[in-house]
Amino acid sequence: MQEIFGRIKKRAAELFADGTVTRMVGWQKGESDYDKTPAVFGPDMKGFVYDGFCGANLSKYLINLSKVEGRTLVLLKPCDSYSFNQLLTEHRIDRDKVYAIGIDCNGKLDINKIRALGVKGIRSVAEEGDEVVLDTVYGSKRVKRSEVLLDRCYCCKGKDHVAGDEFILAEKRVDTTTTDRFELVKKLEAMTPDERYEFWRGELSRCIRCNACRNVCPACSCVKCVFDNPALGTDSKANSDTFEENMFHIIRAFHVAGRCTDCGECSRVCPQHIPLHLLNRKFIRDIDELYGEYQAGAEVGQRGPLTDFAKNDAEPGATPDKGGKK
Amino acid sequence: MQRIGVFVCWCGTNIAATVDVKAVAEAARKEPGVVFATDYQYMCSEAGQKLIRDAIAEHKLTGVVICSCSPRMHEATFRKTVEAAGLNPYMLEVANIREQCSWIHKDRTEATEKAVVLARTAIAKVSLNVPLTAGESPVTKRALVIGGGIAGIQSALDIADAGYEVDIVEKQPTIGGKMTQIDKTFPTLDCAACILTPKMVDAAQHEKITIYSYSEVTEVTGFVGAFKARIKRKARFVDETKCTGCGECTSKCPSKKNKNEFNLGLDNRTAIYIPFAQAVPKVAVIDAESCIKKKTGKCGLCQKICGAGAIDYEQKDEYIEREYGAIVVATGYNPIDLAKYDEYAYSQSPDVVTSLELERLMNAAGPTKGTLLRPSDGTHPHTIVFIQCVGSRCDDARGKPYCSKICCMYTAKHAMLIREKYPDTEVHVFYIDVRTPGKNFDEFYRRAVEQYGVDYIKGMVGKVVPHDGKLLVQGSDLIANEQVRIEADMVVLAAAIEPDKSARSIATMLTASIDTNDFFTEAHPKLRPVESPTAGVFLSGVCQGPKDIPETVAQASACAAKVIGLLAKDKLKGNPCVAHVNEEMCNGCSTCEKVCPYGAITYQDKEFRVPGPKRTEIRRVASVNEAVCQGCGACTVACMSGAMDIKGFANKQIFAEVDAICR
Amino acid sequence: MQIKIDENGNFKPTIVAFCCNWCSYAGADLAGTSRLSYPANVKIVRVPCSCRVNPLFILRAFQRGADGVILCGCHPGDCHYTTGNYYTRRRMTLLFNMLDYLGIERDRTRVEWVSAAEGAKMARVMNEFVARICELGENKRLEDLRCKKSLEE
Repeated sequence: MQEIFGRIKKRAAELFADGTVTRMVGWQKGESDYDKTPAVFGPDMKGFVYDGFCGANLSKYLINLSKVEGRTLVLLKPCDSYSFNQLLTEHRIDRDKVYAIGIDCNGKLDINKIRALGVKGIRSVAEEGDEVVLDTVYGSKRVKRSEVLLDRCYCCKGKDHVAGDEFILAEKRVDTTTTDRFELVKKLEAMTPDERYEFWRGELSRCIRCNACRNVCPACSCVKCVFDNPALGTDSKANSDTFEENMFHIIRAFHVAGRCTDCGECSRVCPQHIPLHLLNRKFIRDIDELYGEYQAGAEVGQRGPLTDFAKNDAEPGATPDKGGKK
Repeated sequence: MQRIGVFVCWCGTNIAATVDVKAVAEAARKEPGVVFATDYQYMCSEAGQKLIRDAIAEHKLTGVVICSCSPRMHEATFRKTVEAAGLNPYMLEVANIREQCSWIHKDRTEATEKAVVLARTAIAKVSLNVPLTAGESPVTKRALVIGGGIAGIQSALDIADAGYEVDIVEKQPTIGGKMTQIDKTFPTLDCAACILTPKMVDAAQHEKITIYSYSEVTEVTGFVGAFKARIKRKARFVDETKCTGCGECTSKCPSKKNKNEFNLGLDNRTAIYIPFAQAVPKVAVIDAESCIKKKTGKCGLCQKICGAGAIDYEQKDEYIEREYGAIVVATGYNPIDLAKYDEYAYSQSPDVVTSLELERLMNAAGPTKGTLLRPSDGTHPHTIVFIQCVGSRCDDARGKPYCSKICCMYTAKHAMLIREKYPDTEVHVFYIDVRTPGKNFDEFYRRAVEQYGVDYIKGMVGKVVPHDGKLLVQGSDLIANEQVRIEADMVVLAAAIEPDKSARSIATMLTASIDTNDFFTEAHPKLRPVESPTAGVFLSGVCQGPKDIPETVAQASACAAKVIGLLAKDKLKGNPCVAHVNEEMCNGCSTCEKVCPYGAITYQDKEFRVPGPKRTEIRRVASVNEAVCQGCGACTVACMSGAMDIKGFANKQIFAEVDAICR
Repeated sequence: MQIKIDENGNFKPTIVAFCCNWCSYAGADLAGTSRLSYPANVKIVRVPCSCRVNPLFILRAFQRGADGVILCGCHPGDCHYTTGNYYTRRRMTLLFNMLDYLGIERDRTRVEWVSAAEGAKMARVMNEFVARICELGENKRLEDLRCKKSLEE
């Protein structure tokens, strides 16, 4: 990872120097050392970092950056490249104004899992083989990478990029996939409706409507969100018993259905740790099963499953029972 | 705030017997925005309508709710009523308290309660109505006919006879299409050329018709009433205005070994050629791929010979652009390629022919001058086997799932003609079913069997094996339940027909839909069979589905009638309840465009004011062509940001209705 | 909020039905013309096409206290606008599955294809649907997915 970081910096400097790009979107230290946050850099790249905490998907920033003068260098992890393609499909990014480097990813780290192992006061992170070396104020700690990854990285879409002008990759790629991404969806499907309702009520009632999920989501990139739109009658402000308030997550999931690349950012940023990706994955699983395997962002120009049909599609309500007892 | 008037109709006793109309009016009066509410025996009567008009004037109403029968019944009536009183006709909503209330509920309390809810739902909606005006667009009084076969010719002639300009665009060097290749027609046995060529001449001589032969439509933009088409006139290397069609060049051309398309490759033609004697226009064309001058630069014989000086080796493709009010698609069909049907030995023996090839072999203008001879050795065939449904009604990917419709009849025709001309010839027909629905069709088929002694065998052929100059045909007779072996001299395959390959690209150009078999889809299979769902695009002939000549001609004329009906209008009045986009909220993501069945949505880059130092930014936003949009609303749901909405069925209005019902 | 118990103590559900103008609304009219009765709880909202029905409308109805929402359109293949109901079919299949996934009773939502000639089907479907909603009782779940009410109680 450290070696990759060096190569990215070197290559970015070249691209700045030869005038290919005028800015770069990357990551910098946020409020804490383990909280790396997206940032836009000039040629000096001051504060730019790339390490195991750089989980944020940068593709969404290109919507605005492709409206300003000059080309933007963007760093895309394999899973981010799907979002990038999806935004290209939706004409939200001007491809000519972006220079995309596909960069290596060994899976990104989950600070909560690290904390759970009792590691505190992190100052920096490095990776050695299968281990993550954390430099903390209490000295150096080593943990197994496979124990501290973000949930999404255990069911990674793969370490191959689907977009990019060039790639900076390690010689030895790390496969972090260990589980079926639909495992939890299947588990929920197998519950009784009552159990499912209790589960979701437990999760969704914790929502504080901070909008972090919406703001981070590359698919939730409307010029104006329906929840902020007075013309539609769906907007409202800080009133707990409104339409918007109650249905927010269902509507959000439906709006990204067929467009969600399953990047998992919504769950990563949720301060209440609501597993929002399980809503999106339910749609993905149903789409795959009913209309054929579909991965949003796999190619530019795809026709999404909700803007397509087959004459013999399944009827609503006629979907096979998933084992959930009535 | 709107000033709403509510009018509750008794409909005699139809409503009043089950619904307490006075109570409904009373309840409506308490709704916000309602300034007047009343009831009356027959709202749709002249007296009732006057009551409405008077109330609009007296109470300065801005919105009207009629609680009455279904809007499908009298919405149009009441729109006119409010319009007569100076209101916009779309400031009206109808609450259906008859069909959907008084007629289905027996309990008076229950029915009245429901009527009150329906009334307040309509009030909630009308209070969000806005005046709507139907857009108008001018009509260019010229029609484009794509395809110059019998379908295209007939449509063009009918439209031109009504006094409108028509352009026929035909990709071949001559108009006439498939029918020119057919020998005789069923069930009358008219000579096809005798009935077709006069029509071709009529089309050529008609002052309102322009024929662009050897031309293709490459681009269509615009919409009903105002299409713009780009037509490519392929270089024929012969000046159409100078060529007299004398044919001198064709007799001298040294490049003689080129496959003659008109005779389906059964004989050869020269590099400069006129497709056939009655071609329209009767103008030579040079096939650049076989012309010695075009290939090597040497020769130039035709140019030397041509007295009219019509030969121009340097001619280039030309493009013309024209505007049209309506477009007729008449792209026709082709028999499928039989290369995949190896079991019938089509590629192995020249004596296995398609039915269309047989037409040429029997035609007086064909390669054998009308004498039926085997292509392999030029001898008379004595045993001929016809195989039906080759690729039609076929389950596998080689063929087509549909019935090609014409094969049963033309095969009966072929069999009959052969038996008549050559009584010593045995004719066997293998069939799955014989389908003869049509005037005089079954009589015709029975004549083939009963009078002409054609041997019909119910069953399919498994294999045709060329052997020693003969064709061994192995099939099964399902009725006798036995295997049949016939030693034939010729085998004729009734190849399935499929839409011309150009159908798909033309459909894309026109945003007209085609089905999985590439046949054009009609706007309604029963009620609008000659219109495409795309306004201003009409369907003529086999491009819409398999059909024979009389059906094609009937459809072509029906299609022309529809075109004339459109071109007769000076202006088109649209439906005002169409989609519109709030550009401030549009993402420009192209999702709505994908679900629009009419191609009514396009995208433009527009400048928008934004906060901050830049002040403006360019964004890609959707725009709806209101003349093309039919107002289905598919786009409004596909749109994530809610930028798309439908006038008259706006999101806010439907929310208001839902809220009013659930209140 | 409506009072959903009648004087005899029976549950009176609120049902919102979205009907497309060309087939199902005409089918409902035909049910009326044929005097085929169905419960008065059903209130029909006319839309140009079933594809006009935004999932938002359905969720809004539930949130405002509807106990069942039914959507009727032309039979697939017969859409007045050619393809509208095909999109509806996909959207609603996914939406209904999602509601089911959240533990909302599956039978509270329904899609039926009713042609203009199927007045009898319209009446039968509505009767069945209302009967089923009566069995399910009041819609409390979707109205209160986020437990705001139960927390207040």
